Amino acid sequence: MSTPIVKIENLYKYFDISGGFLEKLQIRSGKISLHTTEVKAVNGVSLEVASGETLAVVGESGCGKSTLARTVMGLYPPTSGKVLYRGERIDTLSARQMLPYRQRMQMIFQDPYASLNPRKSVRSTLEEPLRFHRKKISSKEVDERLAEVMEQVGVNPAWRDRFPHEFSGGQRQRIAIARALVIDPEFIVADEPVSALDVSIQAQILNLMMDAQDERGLTYLFITHDLSVVRHVASRVAVMYLGTLCELSVTRELYETPRHPYTQALLSAIPRVDGKKQNHIKLPGEIPTPIDLPSGCVFHGRCIHADERCKRESPQLLKVSDSSGSLVACHGVAEGRL
Amino acid sequence: MQTRRQKIKESYLLYSFKRDKVAMVSFTILAILLLAALFAPLLAPYNPYDTASIDIMDSEIPPSWTEEGDSRFFLGTDIQGRDLVSTMLYGLRISVMIGIGAVILQALIGIAVGLVSGYFGGRIDAVLMRIADVQLSFSTLMVAIIVSAIVQIAFGVGRYEQLAVPILIVIIGIAEWPQYARTVRASVLGEKNKEYVEAARVIGLDSRRIMFSHILPNTLSPVLVISTVQVANAVMSEAALSFLGLGMPVTKPSIGSLIDAGFEYIFSGAWWITFFPAVLLIVFILVINLLGDWLRDVLNPKLYKG
Repeated sequence: MSTPIVKIENLYKYFDISGGFLEKLQIRSGKISLHTTEVKAVNGVSLEVASGETLAVVGESGCGKSTLARTVMGLYPPTSGKVLYRGERIDTLSARQMLPYRQRMQMIFQDPYASLNPRKSVRSTLEEPLRFHRKKISSKEVDERLAEVMEQVGVNPAWRDRFPHEFSGGQRQRIAIARALVIDPEFIVADEPVSALDVSIQAQILNLMMDAQDERGLTYLFITHDLSVVRHVASRVAVMYLGTLCELSVTRELYETPRHPYTQALLSAIPRVDGKKQNHIKLPGEIPTPIDLPSGCVFHGRCIHADERCKRESPQLLKVSDSSGSLVACHGVAEGRL
Repeated sequence: MQTRRQKIKESYLLYSFKRDKVAMVSFTILAILLLAALFAPLLAPYNPYDTASIDIMDSEIPPSWTEEGDSRFFLGTDIQGRDLVSTMLYGLRISVMIGIGAVILQALIGIAVGLVSGYFGGRIDAVLMRIADVQLSFSTLMVAIIVSAIVQIAFGVGRYEQLAVPILIVIIGIAEWPQYARTVRASVLGEKNKEYVEAARVIGLDSRRIMFSHILPNTLSPVLVISTVQVANAVMSEAALSFLGLGMPVTKPSIGSLIDAGFEYIFSGAWWITFFPAVLLIVFILVINLLGDWLRDVLNPKLYKG
């Protein structure tokens, strides 16, 4: 594997939800003290995204995958940890220093009904990044570029003066993709790009994204909760649970031999059409709150294989097979008892 | 491709306007009043500011259809012998000017404060909104009374008469900006977490550009609605101030100062000097408020009647 395009090192992101000063004041054992309540959305995630690949991050709602995506894009500052782009640290840059990177990394959002400004026509939505990043570009070049990109995403360039409400959800998502592609980025974070769309449209959008990847050599960080989508697009998959990575593996390997107990449970939940009886692994209990994380392995409360060590010690991501480079964070797998 | 004209023709705004009789009547009356105010120098039979044309012997003539009426003065004359129709037209002009000027000032301050406050949040928001609260806790009248009293002393009454219009605009403008700030802030809070704002940040646009070119256009419909009500409020505030003798001087009367001027003579039988300007004021405020109500209903998607 060549040098990674994006490297995330031990990333933490906490959100302070305790509100104002007065709400922070608490009386504990007779003393007044300031107490902050934090949602621990991402807890020590390390990842590498190799150039040209599609790395999918999967997990259930609230596991921190969208927060991870937004932190990588610099929309949220990380609480601690580093984000590196081609070896350069980008999470500490000022807005101005960040500008060159903004041209190289873009984002596609989940809800095409919210991600396009309703008051801006397609033309001005697509023109804005282009004119902002290439100050010297001529109007003719802008027009040509718009036509080219709209053609590529399958939106008729003659519709450039229409407004978002005149388009369907799928068409809007195409326009949102066009906005990301128009400044020719090399790395795109896609935050659940198809989960707000009809199933019939999902395939079209996914194929569009994969075609764009082939043509432009794009790298994707693909956030989703949909495991069938992952199988279709991803080259590697990272499974997240409560803000931590539990397994990182090549797609085929993950689907054929899931190692982490959580991954096994997750994969057993995919609906099947072949009519065979399904063996759902039913996890006991509820997801713990990310405000008060469990000690040790975050999954230990719901894991049928958990023992004393899992409650005390949080597991590290360890390589389990040399051939595929699969990484699993589980004491059971490391000890060989699973 | 639709032309602009077609778009206006097919818009929901026009569609609902055509089906709402109250809105149509209000709009017609408002348009007539505004045009009359705008073209007062052409429409008015006399120029009430021209002291040479005023004859003190004509004072307190009742409307022309009454027994003692004079056919020259349709609605009669005021205490100084000015034709009431002409004075009212010129007065409406001043009232509208102050109303609109004050609303523009309110909107400029309020929108800027509301945008900054809602977008940045945190401490900036807390400080700005507390300032707005403090401003709101003073009544408009109190601020106006203090400021105009100080100005009248500082510049002298003679000079005050020339400065009255800009001073009233500033007083009413400053007293009411929190209305805008709060409205804009509330919509900014709703808009700023939408994904199109994040998309703009991912592009790398600076906060100012995101605020003004992305968020602001999406917060304008409530601003439009309160603007109508605020114009009416500003005209009313001006009338109240003038009635209290703190607004426009008698030599350059607004509707409010006309009502005030006539009020002293109402018990001596000269009811018309107060009555007609008061009716004009009520009609003007009423039609603006009715139009504002209609606009609020039309622009509220939850009340979409289709």
